[in-house]
Amino acid sequence: MNINATLIGEAIWFGVFIWITMKYVWPPLQKAMADRQKLIADGLAAGERGKHELELAGKRSADALRDAKAKAAEIVAASEKRAAQMIEEAKLAAKIEADKVVLSAKAEIAQQVEQARAELRGRVADLAVAGAERILRREVDARVHADMLVALKQEL
Amino acid sequence: MASGEALTTSGYIVHHLTNLTAGHGFWTVHLDTLLVSGLLGLFCFVGMAKLAGRATSGVPGKMQALVEMVVSFVDQQVKDTYHGKSALVTPLAITIFVWVFVMNAMDLIPVDFLPVVAGGLGIHYLKVVPTTDPNLTFGMSLTVFVIMMVMGVKVKGVGGFMHEVFTVPFGAKLAPLNLLFRIIEDIAKPISLSLRLFGNMYAGEMVFILIALMGLWQLPLALPWALFHILIITLQAFVFMMLTIVYLSMASESHG
Repeated sequence: MNINATLIGEAIWFGVFIWITMKYVWPPLQKAMADRQKLIADGLAAGERGKHELELAGKRSADALRDAKAKAAEIVAASEKRAAQMIEEAKLAAKIEADKVVLSAKAEIAQQVEQARAELRGRVADLAVAGAERILRREVDARVHADMLVALKQEL
Repeated sequence: MASGEALTTSGYIVHHLTNLTAGHGFWTVHLDTLLVSGLLGLFCFVGMAKLAGRATSGVPGKMQALVEMVVSFVDQQVKDTYHGKSALVTPLAITIFVWVFVMNAMDLIPVDFLPVVAGGLGIHYLKVVPTTDPNLTFGMSLTVFVIMMVMGVKVKGVGGFMHEVFTVPFGAKLAPLNLLFRIIEDIAKPISLSLRLFGNMYAGEMVFILIALMGLWQLPLALPWALFHILIITLQAFVFMMLTIVYLSMASESHG
């Protein structure tokens, strides 16, 4: 066991290594570990928050679904009502239109009847004149008696 | 066993326990101790510094995880024991634990391997385990002692430090006795610190050398002793580190 200058050399080595550790090893490692710890803690907190939010979202979506169902039922009922109303309206309009058509047809018929009657009247008058002409060939002059025949036509 | 020497038992043992020296008198230096401890330390601490330089706070690689495991283990010990504010204590404890551990671990290399290799290169003496050299253990413990004293004065002030020296544990009336106690206590600290490490490693190395002398019988014996020695290696590194932390926490806490 001989103590000598090696001791000083070892103390210097020791100092150098303490310095390296203090300056280049410990601070970055400490920072990395602290950062990671924070990262993990944040991650866990975020996970917890996400779980909570999922729960809330589930609740919200159930609510929304219920609302939507109610609204859809409402819309269906309203549209059914509206459809019935429209059918009624259409029926009414159709009836009015039909009445109108019937009315105009009737008027036309009446007009045609009138026309036919007038035509008939003319023929009958011609016929009567022709008959009378045959009977009265000699003494009757058509030109003289035309006025009388027109008067007769008006009476028919 | 170096070539050319008489292969007596005591010659073999002495050869293994002789340092490679240079210079004479007090200015002799043990080149093997200095080189082995220095290279191991540089390897470990420069490596750790490089690793720490690109340490990520994301998923750590395997080496980073290993270093972080060791470092946070030491840091936990420091946090449990030392309640002062000095930023030096944790790096100091890490340095002691890692360095002493790797130097002790040189003991696990078969005792003849490196000396024979060195002998082949023309170096005739090589004591591989630096912690079996009291120069190293005293170098460390005296450094710790200086840090301890400086920290004591820094934390308590010169007046507070002197007050503690003269009044603890028996009060101001027995000041000379208190001083005597304090001197004994403080001298005992570095001596016990260094001799404990030196003694354990020296004895362990000696047992390895004795086992190596047993011819064929060394095969079944060296393995269990090496396994057992892993425990001692770790334990001595831990004890040196732990006592340093305790001494520093005592230096920075007032006793009354």
